[in-house]
Amino acid sequence: MTVDFRSGLPDNAGAMLQKHLADARINVELETEGMVLNIGPQHPATHGTLRVVVKLDGERVVSADPVIGYMHRGYEKLTEFRTYPQITTLINRIDWLSSFANEVPFIHAAERLMGVQAPPRAEYIRTILTELSRISTFLLFLGEMGLQVGAITPAFYGFRDREHVLNLIEAATGGRFHPNFNRIGGLKVDLPSGWIDDCRRVMKKVFDSVDEFEELVVGNEIFEVRTRGVGVIPPGVGAAYGVSGSNIRASGVDWDLRRDGQPYLVYRDLDWKVWTHPDGDSFARYWVRMQETRESARMVVQLLDGLPAGPVMAKVPRIIKVPEGEVWVNTENPLGEMGYYLFSKGATGPFRCKIRSASFSNVSILPWLLKGVYVPDIITILASLYFILGDIDR
Amino acid sequence: MTDAGDSREAEAQAEAGDSREAEAKAETELPPGAGSPEGDEIPIVEPEPDPEPEPLPEEAAKLLAQLEKELKDSIIESGHTFGDLVVRVAPEAWRKAAEVARDKLECDYLSFVSGIDWMPAPKVGGDDAGGDTSSPVQPTEITFGIAGSDGRFQVFARVQSTARHHGFTLKVDVDEDTFSVPSWVPVYPGADWHERETWEMFGIGFDGHPGMRHLYLPFEFEGHPLRKDYPLLSREIKPWPGLVDVEPMPGEEASEEGGGE
Repeated sequence: MTVDFRSGLPDNAGAMLQKHLADARINVELETEGMVLNIGPQHPATHGTLRVVVKLDGERVVSADPVIGYMHRGYEKLTEFRTYPQITTLINRIDWLSSFANEVPFIHAAERLMGVQAPPRAEYIRTILTELSRISTFLLFLGEMGLQVGAITPAFYGFRDREHVLNLIEAATGGRFHPNFNRIGGLKVDLPSGWIDDCRRVMKKVFDSVDEFEELVVGNEIFEVRTRGVGVIPPGVGAAYGVSGSNIRASGVDWDLRRDGQPYLVYRDLDWKVWTHPDGDSFARYWVRMQETRESARMVVQLLDGLPAGPVMAKVPRIIKVPEGEVWVNTENPLGEMGYYLFSKGATGPFRCKIRSASFSNVSILPWLLKGVYVPDIITILASLYFILGDIDR
Repeated sequence: MTDAGDSREAEAQAEAGDSREAEAKAETELPPGAGSPEGDEIPIVEPEPDPEPEPLPEEAAKLLAQLEKELKDSIIESGHTFGDLVVRVAPEAWRKAAEVARDKLECDYLSFVSGIDWMPAPKVGGDDAGGDTSSPVQPTEITFGIAGSDGRFQVFARVQSTARHHGFTLKVDVDEDTFSVPSWVPVYPGADWHERETWEMFGIGFDGHPGMRHLYLPFEFEGHPLRKDYPLLSREIKPWPGLVDVEPMPGEEASEEGGGE
């Protein structure tokens, strides 16, 4: 199916229009009127304070308008008033489920401008912690998605299994959600003793729990009926809207910045696979994230095996001053492409820092995607896109 | 643990670490005001300034050649940052550049559209001493980034290809009379929200945008917060509460409060 970007209509629009007109005639007979339904800002399915104003005709959505900004904290302005080390505490709070992964592109941008290279051990530990935050984010999703379509049990499993991973992150960094562990040139401290064995044990648990989700949710007939064919994103439309990460891979686009982007961290040394699904519906997004959780756990095991010895901090100046220049660094975060366009003028803080967050673009497709779906499917689609409000509002 | 404690710890790590490359290149000099009791062995790594700009990497050169073929003299200037192509186009060719990127260069994916205000910010708290000294001190003369600029405001955007895995940055100057550039929404529908954000943050309009209204801010909000002359009011009213904990800023004498050391 090809889609005209201007109107968002598929090319068989004529036939569809006839169908809709027929529906409309029935509606006139039944005297249904347009109705505005306000979902949010406080709604259990919105993961924060997203408000979606939908116009309904009967049970069908005529138009949807997401209203954002309830949690806008003005981080792009604040970065102009803080020094580089202070900014990492801010960007921890953009996508608060995978804070560690947020820090990496920013630190890399500053390091690239300064000409500093973190030692190999630091890069390995960064990769491990990035993948751990991906696992914890996705484990929550695997449970949460069940909850949104009416299966309550997986949510408990999701929270339970994520806790093991969060404990690991806490043991290494000192913070469950906001580690602030990266420094320009390396990491704050080395891993604590015994951590590697713990990590191996937890990875075994992760494999088990993903298997459990697969048995519990994927095989479930009701789950499949609720998610198959719901919220289909064609690859071309998704890309033009800037939908990234697992959402676009679930539409069959074989594109992962860990493999295809600028080389970063140590992904090039690992043996792993990019998972895609051709369907592009809510089920595909669930399935892709499930596979990616396994793949991340496999990566962590490889990284633990190959962890080099050595320092975790390069020699950097006592006061961080980034030379004049500009740089774009984007990475594959759990929610999609996250990037920083950093402008420096040689001071201790950035001149301007454009933050490109994944959820912002992922959610901007909603007006297109929600057109014509039924009311219960709105919740399925919101859940399967998997966004974090802090990542939309920044 | 305070921030100062953390940075000391990080510094201890830095001392313990051996970074051969950094050491080989390191020039030992301390910035003024960094004379701290224990920190004088840390060398400052100054990257050597390039006497000549590096040639464009092969991939970026190919992209630029294709762009030049389509856009001809609409390309005003181009450059690269770490091998990443940056192209500045004329305002009237802004939408055509997007079409060329999408149709000829297979850049089907829009990362973002945003703006920048190149004017240096007025000093927080005025020029009097005793203002907020915690904010980084930026140079006071106006300089432009890669590919230059003709005025104070620029719009820049990033497009990428999901199939061929390349991407580049496009920049355009904003004419200060009309204060608008053509909208990208007809080419990339995802530009909608990005342009609304740029409009409310910088006041830059986008011709042909289907529904320009506030995105983040309340509809009655006045002003454009990301402009450099828009003050961060919380800093104007009250100095940064963490001020006593932070190290003295470069260019400032290590005073008696001296970062609590």
